[in-house]
Amino acid sequence: MTFVSITAATLAKDIRLEWRSKDAINAMLFFSLLVVVIFSFAFDPTAEESRRIAGGLVWVAFLFAAIVALNQTWARELRNQVLDAYRVSPAPTNPLFLAKAFGNFIFVSILEALMIPLFIAFYKLRALGPAWELAPIALLGTWALVVNGTFFAAISLRTRSREIMLPLLLFPISIPALLGMVNATTAVLTGEASARFWIALLLAYDVVFTIACLLLFETVLEAE
Amino acid sequence: MPNISLAVAVEGLIKQFGHFAALRGVSAQFAPGRLYVIVGDNGAGKTTLLRTIAGLSQPTRGDVSVLGAANVKATRAQIGYMAHPSLLYDEMSAMENLQYFVRLYQVPNDRCREVIKAVKLDPDLERPVGQYSQGMRQRLSLARALLNDPKLLLLDEPFSNVDAHSAQQMATLLGATRDGGKTILVVTHQPGLLESITDEFICMDAGKIIARTSKLQAAQQ
Repeated sequence: MTFVSITAATLAKDIRLEWRSKDAINAMLFFSLLVVVIFSFAFDPTAEESRRIAGGLVWVAFLFAAIVALNQTWARELRNQVLDAYRVSPAPTNPLFLAKAFGNFIFVSILEALMIPLFIAFYKLRALGPAWELAPIALLGTWALVVNGTFFAAISLRTRSREIMLPLLLFPISIPALLGMVNATTAVLTGEASARFWIALLLAYDVVFTIACLLLFETVLEAE
Repeated sequence: MPNISLAVAVEGLIKQFGHFAALRGVSAQFAPGRLYVIVGDNGAGKTTLLRTIAGLSQPTRGDVSVLGAANVKATRAQIGYMAHPSLLYDEMSAMENLQYFVRLYQVPNDRCREVIKAVKLDPDLERPVGQYSQGMRQRLSLARALLNDPKLLLLDEPFSNVDAHSAQQMATLLGATRDGGKTILVVTHQPGLLESITDEFICMDAGKIIARTSKLQAAQQ
């Protein structure tokens, strides 16, 4: 009960802070918009080519945009050293991690909900495979990005150039997830293959890394 | 073997930051229900000592026992900590800040109003903390440290940038808290503000305790 209540309180606090500052959402939106517009000027693909490259474009845009939210997550805990107030309290550490990951999941999902219609419009996308499979791909893919992102953002918290450090740590470890997201999305859009294997890979990735992050987070938080 | 008759005991405490030793073998005992003022020049190791007792910093060597427990984590519910920064969210009001922290300590919500009033702030003030004056922020920071009615209160520079009247109000509150049986360790550059309620002065220099002066000795001097 304590675990759930602290997670809920921390998540509500983070959403309230983001609602008031809009730091992460605004930055992510502008970045993603730029990517969509620039890519649409850079390429002039046919409908068939669009279906082949859209998976990669969409997920790379979301990955880069998510970095902004992930950096903000912990930056607001460093202002006035509020993180120390959490560390000195008797609250367990994992609710803090889960609340941050859920918060980032919500922020990135909002971004995706706003940007996907634009991607569809700019690249004239229409799924030739089972479109409903895009829902689990989006959910599992987004969680894969934010769970590791939240964890590695916490690791890079005390480093001098944490904005650079986060992508350096996150991108290599996200490669299997990114492969899963891109291939699954492309499979659904082109309808040429089944996305089931890639969805299963994403699910396995999410389970393994969520457990690993939860097990290691206390060590990261207590590190000086 | 931990001594439960002591609020805090530190033994041979060494804290190194790279090649710099912030604490160089500090040993001290602090009895319950007393107010200690720790003084010393900048870099003397006062804040590091407080952070180590709070469990925020791990000693390189040596032992810390808080409220009879060698594991500081086990006693966190009994510790109140006020740091030099406010440890508050600037975008939220005083009440919103404290309502979040009561959840961490699992204490009733009514406690927020109580402690805000105790530090002479208005619990209904909806202004975000970022718009508070430094003095108001310090008082709210003290309120946050008192939220869980701690047995041990660790305060780092509670009076910095606080006007004389507010500082006096805070000192009175600390006196009443000590009289209620709590142990208070205050790091300050303004020991005069607490002179009348201090039980012992502790002077640190270059990572060591160089003098301990009881109230009686201070009066005789």
